[in-house]
Order: sequence, then structure tokens, then C-alpha cells
Amino acid sequence: MKNIRISIFFAIILSTIISAAGLAQTRYFTKTGKITFNSRSPMENIEAINNKVVSIWDVASGQIEFSVLMKSFEFEKALMQEHFNENYVESDKYPKAIFKGTIENSNALDLTVDRSITVKVNGNLTMHGVTRPVSTTALITVKNKAIAASTSFSIALADYKISIPSLVADKINKKITITVNIPDYQLVVKK
Amino acid sequence: MTKIIGALLLLTFFSSVQINAQSLLQDVEDSIPANEKVSGAFKSTRVINAHSVEMLHKRNLDFRIMHRFGFISSGIKQLYGLDNASMRLSFDYGVTDNTTIGFGRSTFRKELDLFVKTRIFQQSTGQKAIPFSLVIAGGGLVWTEESFATVKPVFSDRTSYYVQLIAGRKFSPVFSFQLSPILVHSAMPANTGDDETIFAMGGGARLKVSKRIAITLDYHHPFGTFNDVTTDPLSLGVDIETGGHVFQLQFSNATGMNERAYITQTTGDFFKGDIRFGFNLSRMFKLGKK
Repeated sequence: MKNIRISIFFAIILSTIISAAGLAQTRYFTKTGKITFNSRSPMENIEAINNKVVSIWDVASGQIEFSVLMKSFEFEKALMQEHFNENYVESDKYPKAIFKGTIENSNALDLTVDRSITVKVNGNLTMHGVTRPVSTTALITVKNKAIAASTSFSIALADYKISIPSLVADKINKKITITVNIPDYQLVVKK
Repeated sequence: MTKIIGALLLLTFFSSVQINAQSLLQDVEDSIPANEKVSGAFKSTRVINAHSVEMLHKRNLDFRIMHRFGFISSGIKQLYGLDNASMRLSFDYGVTDNTTIGFGRSTFRKELDLFVKTRIFQQSTGQKAIPFSLVIAGGGLVWTEESFATVKPVFSDRTSYYVQLIAGRKFSPVFSFQLSPILVHSAMPANTGDDETIFAMGGGARLKVSKRIAITLDYHHPFGTFNDVTTDPLSLGVDIETGGHVFQLQFSNATGMNERAYITQTTGDFFKGDIRFGFNLSRMFKLGKK
């Protein structure tokens, strides 16, 4: 009986250590990531930028997530921005776009030496209430201990049920190029 | 016993893994919603005739062509009023995001109007939420049509002024409502015997039926002494938005499209078929860079 108690005691201690170790994984985050998207068409080029992208990356598991507030996209024309929120992405109904994915072989990356690494990212992008898989390659750059990341991919508006009225069909490209740029990932410090 | 311990171990281990697997974002995202301005209560800066709580964006020029036809009740001989067109052309410009100036000319009495419209505060959500937007508009008008009166009116006799407060709230993405009390002063009222200064209470509403189409209602009730023919201006319309254009189609009893005209010179009973068809066409131009 005594032995069992001791073993239970050890088991608890051990498991706490394991879970603590689990929490102490290296994570990087940013709240100032940039996402730009553009639509090129013979009639009009539309571009918008969002400087308040939130992202977190867990190096050991390779999990990477992005949260993008749709209303933070800034357009050159204020009216365009209003229409984007009101009529296209319906920001009141779907305020955020979320990406949840993994970086392949993330745990094998050496982030201590200055260099650029190309990695594969797979995951799901949820936008306008629709979740679709997205695969792309990203570039991770380590320079003076600062970690930056960037990628670019394109999505079809129809996949996310974002409809374009026929009247403006030749002003908006059905495929949108999205460029992600995280200038500086910060280490998550546990309190 | 070792099995139990092993199971316990596994359980705690997996539970810790699971916590991590839920959402990494929870740790870094702000839980407090940021202050956010509520925009797009109305599709256009005019509900139909009346100023709406919406402003033009900075350096946007809004060219508006407004048409009101004759009474539909005039029948086929007048092609249900289409033979009689009255119009107002206007240019509105956003000096800042909160101040708009505008100039218009109406065929009715060949009247010119100038206005300044300023937003005092804007509806917003978040920690410091403001429940509604408040806008003030003021304008001056002068009619330039030739007068056949025995005593010719001088310039000042032809002028009139108005000041209007607009308090509006976007209750939901679909429904918006505004109250717009207005004071109109005419140096020489169009109908002798009418009060020179008229107070009117106005209400405007918008109901979105689809992303680009909305139903609008615009109503004012003037208080004061009037002749028998003057009635309350009431308009019911449909807004159709297509990129830089807003088309507003409406049925109204008002022929005037400036503040003095629709408040003090509306005739015809809407519910007895004295309805005019009309449309506003708004085209937005962006001047200069942001």
C-alpha cells in the first residue's frame, strides 16, 4: 500500500514536470504582422494592407496560427474600404480571418544561426465563414537573432463565397494574391 | 497497479498536450474589444431628401442628380407624371472625414443652395461606446426665378436659411434610424400667410434587404401656420449601390429637393395617390491621394 502511494505521488510529480515542460515550449508571436492583398484587373488595381496581424508559432509542434481583423485592412479609397467590409467580406458577421496550420519539420529548424530557410506550410484558412485548406511555402529569415517570415499565395474569392456583382466583374480579379510578412517574431515569455 | 499509474501518467500528459493544441492564439490575442467606429448606417449622405447621418470621406466628391416627376395620379395624358420633371444638381465635397460642404441648384424656383455639414461625434463600439452619431447641418438658399409680383423682391427677400440636427443610430447591420429636427427660416415665405420660421421634426430609416439593396423612408412633420395645400413630405425609396454609384429610386409627395422646398412647399396627399416617382443618382469621385 505504501509503495502504491509513493508511486502515485511520483506519478503526479512526474506528470506535472512533463506538462510544465510541455508549456515551456518555444513560441514566437507578433501583433504587428503585415498582410497585403491585391486584385489586378485591366480596369482597376485594388490593394489593401493590414498592419495588425496577430500570429503565433510553436516551434516544437510546428503549429502556426494567424488572426486577421478584417476591419483593419486599409484601402487607398475610403469608399472601397467601406464596400469591402459591408458588401464583400461582411465584417460585422465575420470579423476575423483565421489560419491554423503547421510548418513541416519545424522542430528541426535551427533558429540560432543567421540564414534563410524555406519551409512548407499547410493548414486551413477560415474567412467569410468558410474554411478551406491552404498550402504554401514560406521563407523564414534569421538575422541577428531576429526572426522574420514571409509568404505569398493566392485564393479564389468564389471558394470563400465572396460574390462579385456582374456590374463590377471586370474591376475585380476572381483570384486574389495574399502576401504575408512578419517582420519580427517575438519570443513568448511566460509570466 | 503500475497500469493505473501508467494510465494516470498518460492522462495528465495528454491533457497537457490537449490544452496546448486548442488554440495558440488565445494567449496572445487581446480579449478587450478595441474601440471601433460604426459606419454605413445609410448608403448615402441623403436618406432621400433629408441629410442622413452619413458623411462623405475626405476628398470625396459626390455629384448628385436628383429628379422628381409629376404626380402619378395625373394619369396617362402626363405619362403618369413623367412629362413633368423637376431636378436638382449638386456637388458635395468631403473637406475632412467629419465636414462636408455642398452646393446645389434646383429647377423649382431656380433656387441655389449652399450647406455645411459637420459630424459632432460618431457611433462607436468597444470600451468607450457611443450609442449614436450626431451631425449638424446648416445652409442658405436663394431663389433666382423672375418674380411677377407688383413689388419686386430684393435679394434678401429671396433668401432662406436652415439648421438641422441629425441623430442617427445603426441598430444592426440591417436597420438604421435617425431623427432630424430642422428649423427653416424664409425671409418671404412662398405662400403668403405662412410662418417665416418653421420647425419640423423628421425621421428617416433604412432597412437593408440585401448586401446592395436597401429600403428607405424619409418623413418630416412641420409645426406652424400653413395654408391648406401644404402637406407633410413623405418619401419611400429603394437604394441600389453599385461600386461608386448609388441609385435611389423613390415615391414621394415632395417636389422640392432642398430643405426649404420640401419642408415648406410640399403639396399633395401621399395616401390619396398624390405620389411622384423620382430618383437620385450619386456618383462618387476620389480627388487626390489619401
